[in-house]
Amino acid sequence: MEQFEGSDFYNLDDLLTEEQRLIRDTVREFVDDQVVPCIEDCFMTDRFPLQIIPTLGELGLLGANLNGYDCAGLDNISYGLIMQELERGDSGVRSFVSVQGGLVMYPIHRYGSDEQKDKFLPQLASGKMIGCFGLTEPDHGSDPSGMITHAVEDGDEYVLNGNKMWITNGCISDVAVVWAKLDDRIRGFLVEKGSPGFTTTKQEKKFSLRASTTSELHFQDCRIPKANLLPGADGLAGPLTCLTQARYGIAWGVVGSAMACFDAAKKYSLSRIQFDRPIGGFQLVQAKLAEMLSEITKAQLLCLRLAQLKDSGKMTAQQVSLSKRNNVYWALEIARSARDLLGANGVTHEYPVGRHMLNLESVKTYEGTHDIHTLILGHEITGIPAYK
Amino acid sequence: MKIAVCMKRVPDTATRLTFAPDGQSIDTSEVQWVISPYDEFAIEEALRIRERHGEGSVTVITVGTESSTKELRQALGMGVDDAVLASSEEPLDPIQTARALASILESRADDVVLFGRQAVDSQGAQVGALVARLLDRPFVNDIAAISIEGDQVRIEREVEGGREVIEGPLPIVVGADKSLNDPRYPKLKEIMKAKKKPIEIVTPETGAPALETIALTPPPPRPEGRIVGEGPDAVEELIRVLREEAKVI
Repeated sequence: MEQFEGSDFYNLDDLLTEEQRLIRDTVREFVDDQVVPCIEDCFMTDRFPLQIIPTLGELGLLGANLNGYDCAGLDNISYGLIMQELERGDSGVRSFVSVQGGLVMYPIHRYGSDEQKDKFLPQLASGKMIGCFGLTEPDHGSDPSGMITHAVEDGDEYVLNGNKMWITNGCISDVAVVWAKLDDRIRGFLVEKGSPGFTTTKQEKKFSLRASTTSELHFQDCRIPKANLLPGADGLAGPLTCLTQARYGIAWGVVGSAMACFDAAKKYSLSRIQFDRPIGGFQLVQAKLAEMLSEITKAQLLCLRLAQLKDSGKMTAQQVSLSKRNNVYWALEIARSARDLLGANGVTHEYPVGRHMLNLESVKTYEGTHDIHTLILGHEITGIPAYK
Repeated sequence: MKIAVCMKRVPDTATRLTFAPDGQSIDTSEVQWVISPYDEFAIEEALRIRERHGEGSVTVITVGTESSTKELRQALGMGVDDAVLASSEEPLDPIQTARALASILESRADDVVLFGRQAVDSQGAQVGALVARLLDRPFVNDIAAISIEGDQVRIEREVEGGREVIEGPLPIVVGADKSLNDPRYPKLKEIMKAKKKPIEIVTPETGAPALETIALTPPPPRPEGRIVGEGPDAVEELIRVLREEAKVI
């Protein structure tokens, strides 16, 4: 396949520092070398490319925007660019890194005790440990406050009961950040692999994010030491703050999927000859390409501004909702449009477009569905919550 | 162990090149630059030599415009200690480039100076040899392995049908071949640290050019193909044409 070319119609590279461009180019090269060659097979055979994890750690891609504990301590534009480049490879790879950094390392970094930070963060940063985030339950997705999983104190231990579902990295994790009710308050618990009463099941038959491990977590009188409670998180705000981090990464990440689809569609339109001319010469095809480039450029601008707000500490969860909602919606539309433009070739894995299109159905749904983000914005605009 | 690596930035092979209106150069305004791939092998080997010896320093040197600092930072991100930019806004020919590099290298007393075997844009494969001559040091190009014991260096080269082994005293100038190693990615933390590493900018003496580029032209468009027939009946004619006209079988 031809080498990927990113889109930069508004010369946004001029707004990046030398270091940011270097970080972006390094991750792009890593994805070309180590993700692109294997990802189609991973998708077809329903497995995560475990072999890339040590390099993810070595490069510093895990928890890259956290400080200390062997993390790279990058600004949020650099972090966003990493997500973009990884998701250009595959949403499953970006999901792995998002979960590890935004949903496992972040809560330990923010809400954990010093002992928890020392024990887990350097291991998670190097990829020697893998983590997952257990919030969603079989019967509680958009409404996490209704969760059934709960913990009770018993001597020096907590005893957990309940089930979590749709958990990225679940089966391959060494530690799970599990949200459960303790005395009716939502609290975070670190459940290590091998804890008595803790088991996982791989979720099969997905047509999306097949290069990512999705699991159920089961807690049946699961016993963990009391020291594994995250002391700093109390209430639903704990997990929701983590989700804001991950959603931020998604807003950037899907720009990568969209760029991959646009790149494939553009090249195809110039090489595919029908009626004695490249199909890129037809108005209907040009209209599709123009729409794709417009929406990619707008999404890039949203991301850059959101990063500035995040770096200055002014970013709100609602602003993240707007970017996540908009960018994922348009990335999926771009993928569908690119699929269409590729004709019959678009339904094969000869091109990355179909895989991105299928992946984005999950991305549109997880970390707050499109519709839930609509309601978050509706709440913000009117002051009236529609989901309560 | 004191090591210098001379590198050149070149247009990324994915970049579509267009000619400048003067017909003698490339329009660089839209070009994406990268470290010339053979130079990456040189940088990687320099880092490995330093790591094997447990001490020493690696300096990366380039001749070019001020915007070459991005590629220098990439080398610093890979773990190079410091960098020198021999600043020149004008394009230089090989002997001018070699003079610029030699003027920096002659006072440094490096044990090893590494180049890539050739830059992948101009493909001249001249500068390493020219610099070695100007410094009056031995030069070995296309090296596939290098090891250093005391002040002795042992080098292996891929040659027709086998390997050539060369030994001699330091200091030495070498050109890296691609079989030498597998270059590392710069680590993100090192890229951030590289911001604080020094890049010394010097204005070198380059002297007069020895060569002048008269014209750059794109390759002629490929002539249209010829269809000799269709189906199994065409095979005989196709073989005849390939054998007698194209002379490829």
